[in-house]
Formats: sequence, structure tokens, C-alpha cells
Amino acid sequence: MTETLLAALFVFVLASFVGFEVINKVPPTLHTPLMSGSNAISGIAVLGAIVASGAKESSLSVTLGLIAVALATVNVVGGFLVTDRMLQMFKKKAG
Amino acid sequence: MNDFLPTGIQLSYLLAASLFILGLKKLGSPATARNGNAIAAVGMLLAIVVTLLDQNVLNYQMILVGLAIGSAVGAIGAYAVKMTSMPQMVGLLNGLGGAASALVAVAEFWRLLEHSQTIPLDVNISIVLDVFIGGITFTGSAIAFAKLQGILRGTPITYPLQQPVNALLLIAYVVGSVFLVMSPHNLGIFLGITGISLLLGVLFVIPIGGGDMPVVISLLNSLSGLAAAAAGFVVMNNMLIIAGALVGASGLILTQIMCKAMNRSLFSVLFGAFGQAAAGG
Repeated sequence: MTETLLAALFVFVLASFVGFEVINKVPPTLHTPLMSGSNAISGIAVLGAIVASGAKESSLSVTLGLIAVALATVNVVGGFLVTDRMLQMFKKKAG
Repeated sequence: MNDFLPTGIQLSYLLAASLFILGLKKLGSPATARNGNAIAAVGMLLAIVVTLLDQNVLNYQMILVGLAIGSAVGAIGAYAVKMTSMPQMVGLLNGLGGAASALVAVAEFWRLLEHSQTIPLDVNISIVLDVFIGGITFTGSAIAFAKLQGILRGTPITYPLQQPVNALLLIAYVVGSVFLVMSPHNLGIFLGITGISLLLGVLFVIPIGGGDMPVVISLLNSLSGLAAAAAGFVVMNNMLIIAGALVGASGLILTQIMCKAMNRSLFSVLFGAFGQAAAGG
């Protein structure tokens, strides 16, 4: 295996452990907002889409990349805003 | 000095990844949740902006157009949706994220086909995984959305030989993947396995009842994280790998917590509809 791939595997496995550890004892009311917030983070695919559509040429791969940019951005922006709306309501109820 | 920009981008990724971890942590407790969401959003903005500065990204005008369209649609959708429709909204957004990850893999596959004779084995495997996970996330989330929205009926949809058909499709995907890894230039096989992954997403979710959909969406959210991580392996980008792994793992834990809160096991949620029909098999 190449050195880059190995390093990437290390990063993947260690980040997974962080992901396991970072979630504990979440109250049920926060289940949906937490799911929604982490869903927004998974919109990070937008970075891959930017890289994939980075070449300044007209080809199918650039077009697909640009579609991916738009879709992932909907995921990111919509995700964070929806989460904020949920949490806003949550706060009003509690207060 | 030539290293300045790439180093800056990587260090910004490190900062963005830290903000994601901090944000997720804070999202888990009521007092800090809103703050946590904002912190994660700042991390995302940072990651996107520095990626645009990458010197290999030349097509930034078109990309900015894509970002603007996506932001507008996302913002309008987020404010238009009713509070009662939040779970299906999350499902829909999740599906778009999965679709984006799968598209990244398809785009890279196409680029490699056009520009090089061979596709490296590790890249090819990452592409196959990304298409598989991303495709299932896309159509699975779409079905989850349709069930919650009332477009499809919420009751489990079952038919004879459902499990064997799914298993056969899964085997077909694995076989197709092996063929593709051996002869990467076979476009027919690539389109075939893409189709199978999309079909599997549909078949996986239709037998699950509407009441269990939040758990399914949470699981699909975890999968969309893994899809993003796979996309990270395709384009070799640490930020994608870290954020994808974070969401993949934390989503899995959250799915388990949600199951426990409903006094169900994940297995019975996913395969419960088969309980009566497939008890013998």
C-alpha cells in the first residue's frame, strides 16, 4: 500500500473512534437535532465535489462535479439552518 | 514560499475538523446545543473557503454558481418547512448529501477513464465503495422521505422472496465490483453496479414501517458520513475522511441510542417486517 493511503487509513480509523466517543447520554429531545446537525456535517462531500469539478474544461466529470457541489451545498446550508430552527424552538419551550 | 498555500489549507482543515468535533460534542447537551451547531457551521464555512483557494481548483466561477444555487435552495427549504415535517426534511437533505458523494465517485471514475490508461487499485476500490454507500443513502433517504411525507404508504411493503432478492443483488454488486477492479474500463459494469446500489437503497427501506423511519434516517445519516469518507479516499482529502468518519461513527451510536429509547433492537427495526414472513427461513 502506498504511504498516502496508509496515512489516510490511520486518519479514518482514529476519527471514527473520536466519533464514537463524542456522543454519550444524549437526552431524547436532542436526538433529532443531533442527527440533523451531523447530517449537515456529512455535507462535507461538497469539498470532494469542488475538487472533482476543479478542472477548467467542459467534460462530463466536471458537469457531474458541479451538480454534486449544488446538491451537497443544499445539504450543508439546509442542514445547519434546519438544526438551528429546531434548537431555537427547543429553547423557547424550555425557557 | 510555494508551500505556503497548501500548508495553510491543511492547517485550516485541522482547525475545521476540531470545530466539527467540538460542535458535535456541544450538540449533545441542551444548554450548548445551539452553540455547537453554529461552531460546526463555522468549521464547514472555513473548510469550503480554503478548498476554493486550492491551486488545482481553476473552475471557481462555475463552482461559486453551484454553491450559490445550493445555498439558496437549502435556505429557502429550511425556512419553508413546517416544524412537524422536520424528520423527513432531514431525510431529504441526507439523501442529497449521499447523492453528492456518489456523484464525486462517478465524476472521478469518468475523469480517470478519459485521462489515464489504468486506474490505481486503491482508487478503484474507493470508487466502488463510494458508489455503493452513496447510492443506497440517496435512494434509501428518498424512500424514507416519501414514507414520512405520505407519498408512499407508511406501512411495511413486503413481497415474497424479498430477502433472497436483496441478497442476490448484494452478491451481484460484489461480483460486479471485482470485475470492475480487474477491468476498470468496462463502462457497462460500472453503470450496472451504480444501478444496483440505487435499487438496493429502495428495497432496503420499503419493508420498514413509517414509525421506525427516524431510526432509519439516523442510520442512513451514518451511511452518508461513510460515503463522504469514501469520497475522501477517492480524491485523497483528509478533511473529507475525518468529517465522514466522525459522522459515520457518531451516527451509528446515535442510531443505537434511538433504538434503545424505543425499546427496540436495530435488527428488529431493519428486519422486523420480515418477522412473520421469514420466521421459518
